[in-house]
Amino acid sequence: MYIYDEYDQQIVEDRVKQFRDQTRRFLAGELSESEFLPLRLQNGLYVQRYAPMLRVAIPYGLISARQVRKLALIARQYDKGYVHFSTRQNVQFNWPALEDVPDILAHLAEVQMHAIQTSGNCIRNTTTDQFAGVAADELVDPRPWCEIIRQWSTFHPEFAFLPRKFKIAVNGAVADRAAIGVHDIGLNVVRNEAGEIGFRVLVGGGLGRTPIVGSQICEFLPWQHLLTYLDAILRVYNRYGRRDNKYKARIKILVKALTPEVFAEKVAAEWAHTKDGPATLTQQELDRVAGHFSAPAYQPFSGDDADYLAKREAEKGFNNWAMRNVHAHKVPGYAAVTLSLKPTAVAPGDADDKQLEAIADLADQFSFGELRVTHQQNLVLADVRQSDLYALWQACRKHGFATPNIGLLTDIICCPGGDFCALANAKSIPIAEAIQRTFDDLDYLHDIGDLDLNISGCMNACGHHHVGHIGVLGVDKKGQEFYQVSIGGNSGRDASIGQILGPSFSAEDMPSVMTKVIDVYIENRTPEEQFLDTFKRIGMAPFKERVYAAAN
Amino acid sequence: MQRLIKNGEVVNDSWHLLDKDATLDGLPNSDSIIVPLALWLEHSHALKARDGGLGVWLDSDEEVESIADDLSQFQVVALNFPVFSDGRNYSNARLLRDRYQYQGEVRAIGDVLRDQLFFMQRCGFDAFDLRADRNADEALESLKDFSNTYQAATDQPLPLFRRRA
Repeated sequence: MYIYDEYDQQIVEDRVKQFRDQTRRFLAGELSESEFLPLRLQNGLYVQRYAPMLRVAIPYGLISARQVRKLALIARQYDKGYVHFSTRQNVQFNWPALEDVPDILAHLAEVQMHAIQTSGNCIRNTTTDQFAGVAADELVDPRPWCEIIRQWSTFHPEFAFLPRKFKIAVNGAVADRAAIGVHDIGLNVVRNEAGEIGFRVLVGGGLGRTPIVGSQICEFLPWQHLLTYLDAILRVYNRYGRRDNKYKARIKILVKALTPEVFAEKVAAEWAHTKDGPATLTQQELDRVAGHFSAPAYQPFSGDDADYLAKREAEKGFNNWAMRNVHAHKVPGYAAVTLSLKPTAVAPGDADDKQLEAIADLADQFSFGELRVTHQQNLVLADVRQSDLYALWQACRKHGFATPNIGLLTDIICCPGGDFCALANAKSIPIAEAIQRTFDDLDYLHDIGDLDLNISGCMNACGHHHVGHIGVLGVDKKGQEFYQVSIGGNSGRDASIGQILGPSFSAEDMPSVMTKVIDVYIENRTPEEQFLDTFKRIGMAPFKERVYAAAN
Repeated sequence: MQRLIKNGEVVNDSWHLLDKDATLDGLPNSDSIIVPLALWLEHSHALKARDGGLGVWLDSDEEVESIADDLSQFQVVALNFPVFSDGRNYSNARLLRDRYQYQGEVRAIGDVLRDQLFFMQRCGFDAFDLRADRNADEALESLKDFSNTYQAATDQPLPLFRRRA
């Protein structure tokens, strides 16, 4: 992974010093609440329902065992002993004291971490495929590009006060595990016929109040021009994005208002002035950054490990886990493994300090000391020997992250909701738990197969409900919490926004609603069809009929 | 007299900033004035004929393109921040410097607070008319908040990747 040099380190240390002084001035009354607000937000510090929430950056989801141990220490020393992994591949502390935040940042800086731009109206953490660099279907490794974007976006002086938050995702594989269609900018790293690397650029996707799938504005941007082109997009947005209404301030609204074609022309006109300028990327820089992401020292294996395959045959529990939580790796004899942070009755994405220590040990023991955070709020060990999988499985069971449910109905993406978040209209964690309890039969879950269930506690859509195959949105009706269900969303390739099933339901109804939706799928599917395929074929009507007929 | 941060020092400001609805009536001939864009666009001829110094100021929803051909007329271009969180004038400042090679003073006016000065400076502002209730001497410190920066900007056209040892 990327290791800071003296420049990178100096920049985060300067930040700690700057934020310490800003916090001091706020506490001394020299900065008003409203003046401190964007400063603290650009450092990931929210004032939440019960306490401040501090969001720490995990650039494109890559984290080392050493960094995980530091998170455990901070959780113990400054929080209530646990952390929450978010859908932006970041991590959140829910209970730090404002006064302690500068010290927490100093701890983070010791392990090359920070909270820069994890919130606020600026360029947020760039996200990518959790299997970057190891995926069997990868065309180009997106990680060097993510790091180049990280540096460019960090304290970008022109774009620190954008109309709204701004999110970039990069994908380099056949499958899209980075959801680039629903980001402000989605970049697909591709090779042209000559084998040269470039980017297909999507712009104006996003969730929230107005969910939209992004539009392509450039089919092939040669890699040298990545940063000047990003500058041009951001400059057009900064100047012409709406600032009169925060709900219409995202770039997707501007792109829609202008049309993607006109927006693309404006970007091209702006870019013409800066193209080939000093911000044009150099081979030397690409080589320098890419050098940090070279493959670890894999042992040579010729094929699948015989003992691993035999153990799968012999032990059903291990096989279940291997089917769901173990992923194909580009190197023979290796696998990527997802540690499920979704056991029933634990808030999705939460881990306590002891688990964090255990996770760090597992990373050291089995995966070159490195981990990835997924946007589905799980963790990944990306480089595990197949011959180690059985031992890893046993260790995971001991620590509570061997739930064999990755990609299944109970692997729910869920925002913190009304239990923690001041923005939420409704609770989301108890809904996730009730559904997990309802679908507790593992054989049945595996039979249902791949299914994304995403739950958000409000329109801001941190739980990505719009792109869940089944989405749940918490809504407030006259002070009461209700839940709206949508079907047919998809965050992968050919991303789509789910359609609303109909009138919303009470919290108590949600498990039975979910059961009925699944029943319709099971009754109608052909042997090859996943949930989304069946929905596309039979449409909304049968689902609607079943769910609302029974409710009357 | 208002105190102004200019080229990294606190100095007394001799310029007179006219309101947005200012007219030509009663304008002193020899004072140095910064006029609103609308007044310039309507009365450029009369304003050019004065003896005093001339500047113009743009609000955050006004485009720097509208004065691109006139820049040689102004010793000061001031860009207004109606609220400090309105970031449009960061882009306007860069255009003034990088695209139009404007060499005069680029001044931040309005809701100008110390925690934004570092970014403003990077975008080409060289003068900061802090909000009246703020201490310019204390704010000077923030111009040195960071000892290095990653990306190309007006103050440092070479990105760090072209400067790394």
